[in-house]
Amino acid sequence: MSGPNRLTGSSGPSTEACKLGPVDRVPPGEGKAFEIGGRRVAVFRTRGGELYATQAVCPHKGGPLADGVVGGGTVICPLHAYKYDLKSGQPLGNGCPALQTYRVELGAEGEMLLFTEPA
Amino acid sequence: MPTARSSREDAPSKIGLASLLKTLWGKQYDDERDARFINDRVHANIQKDGTFSVVPRIYGGVTTPAELKRIAEVAERHQVPMVKITGGQRIDLLGISKERLPEVWRDLGMPSGHAYTKAFRTCKTCVGTDFCRYGVGDSTALGIAIEKRFQGIESPHKMKLAAAGCPRNCSEATTKDLGAVAIEGGKWEVYIGGAAGSRVRKGDVLCVVDSHEDVLKHMGRFMQYYREHAKYLERTYDFVERVGIEKLRSVLIEDEEGIAARLDAEIQAAVDAYVDPWSREGAQPVHPAQFVREMKAEEPRLVPLRLVAGDRR
Repeated sequence: MSGPNRLTGSSGPSTEACKLGPVDRVPPGEGKAFEIGGRRVAVFRTRGGELYATQAVCPHKGGPLADGVVGGGTVICPLHAYKYDLKSGQPLGNGCPALQTYRVELGAEGEMLLFTEPA
Repeated sequence: MPTARSSREDAPSKIGLASLLKTLWGKQYDDERDARFINDRVHANIQKDGTFSVVPRIYGGVTTPAELKRIAEVAERHQVPMVKITGGQRIDLLGISKERLPEVWRDLGMPSGHAYTKAFRTCKTCVGTDFCRYGVGDSTALGIAIEKRFQGIESPHKMKLAAAGCPRNCSEATTKDLGAVAIEGGKWEVYIGGAAGSRVRKGDVLCVVDSHEDVLKHMGRFMQYYREHAKYLERTYDFVERVGIEKLRSVLIEDEEGIAARLDAEIQAAVDAYVDPWSREGAQPVHPAQFVREMKAEEPRLVPLRLVAGDRR
């Protein structure tokens, strides 16, 4: 998305994102739930330094995915061990619908930027 | 655990591997919080709605009016949705949100009951000799001693214990992971591998001893052997059947492999290393986000693309 830049007032390519704060708000290898304009998103920070974001709630029984175990590009829901691919949101070995995923990147200032347009 | 670049991280193995390494390496193990199940990151048991349950330690299930009043006051102050007496003779405060956990622990002023982890859980007791007309052994004193010694000892799966003051077995010690039953002559039978859950199995008698100290010694020795040899999530009743009671008696009682003294020393080291996680992390979280249920983000707004460093995925 392009348009005038509300941060600087200058024009140029820009996109709608929200700042989630410094990357170390999420402990390494873990996830954290964020409330973003009424939307609940789980942000994951892998041991390898990658960031992923998915819907916060497991489609199976509503488990908090941010409290899950993360590894090998997957998250395991803490309630019933349902597993999902973090990048695609696809269920792994279960019949649940895929998770909504979001683009999340590290900004130039070292903070996490989450793009609210679905990835 | 050093991360080898060439190896592939396997999420389902992380917790079991961390559990094994912690047992084998003790203080040398470099704790990685993400290799813990959520229960062990926040020292409480996650419930179906994402809240947690809090079970304070009540040694041997013996409490006092003052302690009960304090628990009741905490439950009222924090509007705890359910207060439940557990099967292990404990009081469970259910429906506590993650952020509230440290405050609830501080208000209780009691140690963690470890009702959330793969570890020594509880030692249930019957009334024993103090009041019971039939008791032949002081099961409450023994149960309290067992619990003070083994609280927080981690293992491949949970360990639920009991001490019974006579063979009527009111505390159901014969169907616990470890149990002690008083018999005539001032003796105690030490049972291992009992179960009364999804499977029902009467435990096997490991040995018969004549003092509380010897019950503690043999229970500790079995626990250490179980910690070292069981598969992750293998309960004692499966482990005892797999290894066989004869083999266990020969290793743990007759000491045919000459490892009994080492097992005793290892379990002693684990006992000595115990720290109540509620008092430690309730006062000083390991990470600022440890007890944060949900973080606030700034409202979405337009950011210039040049601020984005690049795709990290």
